[in-house]
Amino acid sequence: MPLIEAKGIQKVYRTGDIDLCALCDVSLTMDKGEFVAIMGQSGSGKSTFMNVLGCLDKPTGGQYLLEGIDTGGLDRDELAAIRNRKIGFVFQGFNLLSRTSALENVELPMLYNGLSSKERRQNALSALKSVGLEGREGHHPNQLSGGQQQRVAIARALVNNAPIILADEPTGNLDTKTSAEIMELFVKLNTESNITIILVTHETDIAEYCKRVIRFLDGRVVSDEKKGLGIRG
Amino acid sequence: MINIPSTLRISFRALWVNKMRSALTMLGIIIGVGAVIAMLAVGTGASKQIQQQISTLGSNLIMVVPGATSAGGVRMGAGTQSTLTMGDADAILKECPAVSEVAPVLGGVGQVIYGNQNWSTGVTGTTPAMLIVRDWKLSAGRAFTEQDVKSATKVCLLGQTVVDKLFGGLDPVGQIVRIKKIPFKVIGILEAKGQDPRGQDQDDAIYVPVTTAQKKLFGTSFPGMIRMIMVKAKSTEHLDSAERQITELLRQRHRIGQKQENDFTVRNLTQMMQAAEQSSKVMTMLLGAIASVSLLVGGIGIMNIMLVSVTERTREIGIRMAVGAKTWDIRLQFIIEALTLSFIGGVIGIIAGISTSQIIAELAGWTTLVSPLSILLAFGFSGLVGISFGFYPAYKASLLDPIEALRYE
Repeated sequence: MPLIEAKGIQKVYRTGDIDLCALCDVSLTMDKGEFVAIMGQSGSGKSTFMNVLGCLDKPTGGQYLLEGIDTGGLDRDELAAIRNRKIGFVFQGFNLLSRTSALENVELPMLYNGLSSKERRQNALSALKSVGLEGREGHHPNQLSGGQQQRVAIARALVNNAPIILADEPTGNLDTKTSAEIMELFVKLNTESNITIILVTHETDIAEYCKRVIRFLDGRVVSDEKKGLGIRG
Repeated sequence: MINIPSTLRISFRALWVNKMRSALTMLGIIIGVGAVIAMLAVGTGASKQIQQQISTLGSNLIMVVPGATSAGGVRMGAGTQSTLTMGDADAILKECPAVSEVAPVLGGVGQVIYGNQNWSTGVTGTTPAMLIVRDWKLSAGRAFTEQDVKSATKVCLLGQTVVDKLFGGLDPVGQIVRIKKIPFKVIGILEAKGQDPRGQDQDDAIYVPVTTAQKKLFGTSFPGMIRMIMVKAKSTEHLDSAERQITELLRQRHRIGQKQENDFTVRNLTQMMQAAEQSSKVMTMLLGAIASVSLLVGGIGIMNIMLVSVTERTREIGIRMAVGAKTWDIRLQFIIEALTLSFIGGVIGIIAGISTSQIIAELAGWTTLVSPLSILLAFGFSGLVGISFGFYPAYKASLLDPIEALRYE
């Protein structure tokens, strides 16, 4: 059973008389442990696809199965529970809570699944340690560099042991050196912990780190390459 | 599965970050709760004061006064005619089953002298039953007896005001005072009662046996006539029947025909006072209702601030939703914020209300009484305001689209 199975996903926005097709008939499968880059120009539908994968958005057509579960029949709260358990998000703008310490930012997803405060603290500390931020637990986002903030965000994505990390332009706000460090961290998480990582980028050197590159254009998949295996989709 | 302690912490932090704003929002609730408590305290205090005055009059008291004289069609007002007699007083006690005690009253104003001090005061002739009718106790000495009444002894009871004016610090019991130049022996001192409901000092009085008053002090042209009869009914339930029985009996005794007017008036003071108390209760409710309006306005203030807060924190709500916050997690967070504002505001408001009512009591000299019920009422109402005005902003927050919220700048 594939981890992610998208069958004929459609997302149509209706503006007046014109139907705008953000996603037209996208079918993809991804297995556990994959490291996928989704590329494409702005407006190609890659972010919309990521939102669907992340259960933040519902497709207007098609079927999206996550670990074999059809997400189409789930309500708002059930989708929230899936996001909490299965998916970690990393955003371009970090999206950390300001005026809140790194530790509490990492604890955030655990507030919504009933862990005790002791467990929350332990898990958050070990997640921060795994992204190399030991000793910075008490720092607030504005006391951290961009790279460090993104590490906090990654720790937040890891803390519930979610099998999938969705990263939307995770290096978009970072310089080249820090970008490389963040990508190394993703590679390490992928190889050592077998976490499925799907990231959206438009930089080819970032996509170089990934094992599979999917390209979007006008709401359709135009290419799907797996590196080292030479299979074309 | 909603995590209450951490939701509480999130809410407290959000309020703490915007200290000034939270404090001003609370001020609305503080004023509202404070006003409700202070207004109810003023109203309850007024009722209480009326109740106390009723009890100083003596419970279940009925007064019978003579009717008006009429000279050539000019009617002179109640009490101008001398129609009541000692016989009437005795008959009321004997023949009206709803009556427990009767005290005849006869009196006037007289100059009282002790040593080099003198004082003009009301001198009342009555029987020992007076003390029972008026629920009046002695603070020193003894009351006069039926024997004193029979033999018209020259003894008297002094009110506290008279004692203060004539004796200063000395013990008056056993001393001789002169009332209208006639020497009287002081045998007892009446307990201080304070003002009656009409504001008259009840302690500025001297009581002597009724016969002594008739024969030695206020010799009337119609011997046996008295100014007033005070009657105590057996209980509050007996007041109406006592009034009816007295009226029937006196009409009979005075031979008043079917179509003639009464030559006396029966006054039921307790009922009059109860009516006054009732109206002061209505007043209390009215004051409370007006004060509640300010509490309502305070609630609208909370709603306003919560709406601003939801808009400001759209992005935060988006992040929370992305990491798995459910509808009620978000809703509860904002409801708790609103509740915290109204709760803390309520507590401070209670303190403010109690202090205000004490200041009012101090400055205006009114009796104020903070009842536990009014505290409970104001506090419960502020909680209700918090929930009801906090719900809409919280509801709005929980329905945000996570993608839109994450993009919000």
